[in-house]
Amino acid sequence: MIKFEKFSLPNGLRVLVHEDTSTPMAVVNVLYDVGARDEDPHKTGFAHFFEHLMFGGSKNIPVYDEPLQVAGGENNAYTTNDLTNYYCQLPAENIETAFWLESDRMLSLAFSKKSLEVQRKVVSEEFKEHYINKPYGDVWHKLRELTYTTHPYKWMTIGASLQHIQDAKLDDVKNFFFKHYTPANAILVVAGNVKKDEVKQMAEKWFGPIPAGIKYDRNLPVEPAQTGPRKLEVKANVPLDALYKTWHIYARTDPRYYVADLITDILGGGGSSRLYQSLVKEKQLFSSIDCYHLGSTDTGIITIDGKLVKGVDMKVADAAVTEELKKFMEDGITQAELEKVKNKTESAMAFEDMSVMNRAASIAMYELLGDANLINTELLRYQSVTAAQILEESRIIFNENNCNTMYYYAVQKES
Amino acid sequence: MLNRSIAPPIKDAIDYALTLKPYDHYLLDNGVPVYTIDAGAQDVLQVELVFYAGNYFEQRKGIAAATNYMLKNGTSKRTAFQINEDFEYYGAYCNRSCYNETAVISLHTLSKHIEKLLPVIQDMLTDSIFPEEELNIYKQNSQQRLKVNLQKAEFVAGRLIDSYLYGEKHPYGTYTKLEDIEGLSTGEIKKFYQDYYLKGQCVMFVSGKLPVGLAQLLNKHFGQLNVVKPTYKLPVIESHPAGQKKYRIQNDESAVQGAIRIGAPFPNRHHPDFKRVVVLNNVFGGFFGSRLMGNIREEKGYTYGIYSYLQNHIAQSAWIISTEAGKDVCEKTIDEVYLEMKKLRDEKIDEEELLLVRNYMIGGILGDLDGPFQIMAKWKNIILNNLDEQYFYESVQEIKTVSAEALQDLANKYLQPDLFYELVVY
Repeated sequence: MIKFEKFSLPNGLRVLVHEDTSTPMAVVNVLYDVGARDEDPHKTGFAHFFEHLMFGGSKNIPVYDEPLQVAGGENNAYTTNDLTNYYCQLPAENIETAFWLESDRMLSLAFSKKSLEVQRKVVSEEFKEHYINKPYGDVWHKLRELTYTTHPYKWMTIGASLQHIQDAKLDDVKNFFFKHYTPANAILVVAGNVKKDEVKQMAEKWFGPIPAGIKYDRNLPVEPAQTGPRKLEVKANVPLDALYKTWHIYARTDPRYYVADLITDILGGGGSSRLYQSLVKEKQLFSSIDCYHLGSTDTGIITIDGKLVKGVDMKVADAAVTEELKKFMEDGITQAELEKVKNKTESAMAFEDMSVMNRAASIAMYELLGDANLINTELLRYQSVTAAQILEESRIIFNENNCNTMYYYAVQKES
Repeated sequence: MLNRSIAPPIKDAIDYALTLKPYDHYLLDNGVPVYTIDAGAQDVLQVELVFYAGNYFEQRKGIAAATNYMLKNGTSKRTAFQINEDFEYYGAYCNRSCYNETAVISLHTLSKHIEKLLPVIQDMLTDSIFPEEELNIYKQNSQQRLKVNLQKAEFVAGRLIDSYLYGEKHPYGTYTKLEDIEGLSTGEIKKFYQDYYLKGQCVMFVSGKLPVGLAQLLNKHFGQLNVVKPTYKLPVIESHPAGQKKYRIQNDESAVQGAIRIGAPFPNRHHPDFKRVVVLNNVFGGFFGSRLMGNIREEKGYTYGIYSYLQNHIAQSAWIISTEAGKDVCEKTIDEVYLEMKKLRDEKIDEEELLLVRNYMIGGILGDLDGPFQIMAKWKNIILNNLDEQYFYESVQEIKTVSAEALQDLANKYLQPDLFYELVVY
């Protein structure tokens, strides 16, 4: 049981406090309800690019990192398609430093021209390092475009094109900030060796005076139900052929999300999972294969991705995957398999909750979904999933009309 | 009115007294030492069995890694599938990792399942059979994985810089080629298993919320193995650094970045300079607020990230600078790295910057000691490097007190460009 208390400031900032006196540290986690899905289709990559700019100095503080490091702290941030999360950990006595820094950059950035120019280059190098200069680096770019026709999940957080970042203007930065980086769109979680009353006092002192801003009203285009299979063939400079298949699933808050999550574990989680045992070990068609989903807030996708053993025909490999799914949809799963994936979920949650930093981020993430207490009740939802539900949902999800397939062919001289 | 331009007062992290929670220690019937840390709120457990079975001990490339990997691929009682199933049914993770000196089998599980899982590990450690068919799959899949990695400049650069620093014949400088994997045989693997697992040197580290009766349980499953306690000493193997110092290598003609590695040999943790150089390294390139990062990323935007570090080897180490930079700015990046070395040689680090680094490092250690696994990781590092807790406390003391003069002396001793190998892989 993870305990926390919650209150809101008059400007709309939600604050959650999780006390844990076993650590000398404190964690301050600020989550902003904005991700790549909220971007203009012509200005993609902006949420992530903006995350970089959040370290380029704020209204009253020229640099973010140094004062935090002086206080013995460290920090980082990440942007997903759904949200942007900033977190820092420092000795609990120095927690006010984090309040000071985080509140000032929520109040207003410095909007430095220099920071914009430098971070534009840094993000371009990040783009190159992870998505261009790496074999299979463009897979998700293509796969998202194939799978989503309408919803902004069709682009990656890094952006659809390097050009969008090259074109970003200081005005874009300002508009983005004032639209999304307001108390009403943020969740503050303070965890570790802290007292609720002190946190409340400091939150009121530092975050209280920030103008509320306008609550961002998210109104995203909905991805229509897919009505027929979609296929894409790609040739790329990689050593091995690879197969990617995706199917649309449910939103994070849908009860069927838990069923879909367990399905991915049965198919692809570990050395005793179905796909690995059948296709890597027994039939030896793939050198690796996995099945997973991304935990997206809006309707997400299940993905199967595998690298083919050299010489295996793509269509044969694809048919073998389909065959496994067919078995799954016809025969369902055994009670032991169900028990196994539930045990795995229980275990994974216990390990995840070990660090106070993870607990803080989870509380913020669940609060964003509508109820921070999900951190304590999620396991029950998994445990209530039945084999019959898994069978039923697998038949809906793996329907061929809901399927996207990408054949990613290697064109390379044998070296 | 709140004045936001004034920082709140802080307690300097260097004023914290850091303590490393002591371990408990006992021997199994066969003399194998067990180190334990009982802590944490979650009912979880980490059990690590460390064998002296890293590539330091292999006669032929790839044997140590293959043997370690294949411990989960079949015993006379269990197939590979059954072994995986036995762990995964309980939501547990059994991983194996092969390092240069040691090879590890680790178990992560909810404490309540431990009794069900130890027999499986015992089986792996006494009765692995290394089936031919499993080896063939391993060969095929690891060759494929290697082919993908060989297309990554950073992977190739990492291998090459090690080979320049230590020589390709040294365990720290050697690297596995496709043909080495092809040449693996079950005969050699079984021999390696015999010598370094069945009759090897073993030490155990257990951390988390320890269940009652754990010592008896460990003794039941591992107390009768024919292994012995480690000497914690490695045979001396001479390194043969390359003669040539500078390399530019084209790996992929369509590359848009270069993987830069600049490295020089450095002694191991027993050397009196080591603990102080850890501090100097932090100033230089050890964290996000370092000089390399400040100059080359935050000022110039040449890279997404640049770091320097001391390699985590037991016998000897190296000081490495590592980054991926835009293809057109690789040479400029290298120039800046040398410029930052020169600054550290020529000018004393000012006290404000040094205090920042001290505080950051102490704060980092405080944060690192959060949880039983992290505490055990510190101990494991100390024990496997044949050190004692003094090493931890002296390291902390150096962070708090080492002078700017001493750091400048160390920069003059070690941060000399002609000591460094320099490599760009495009």
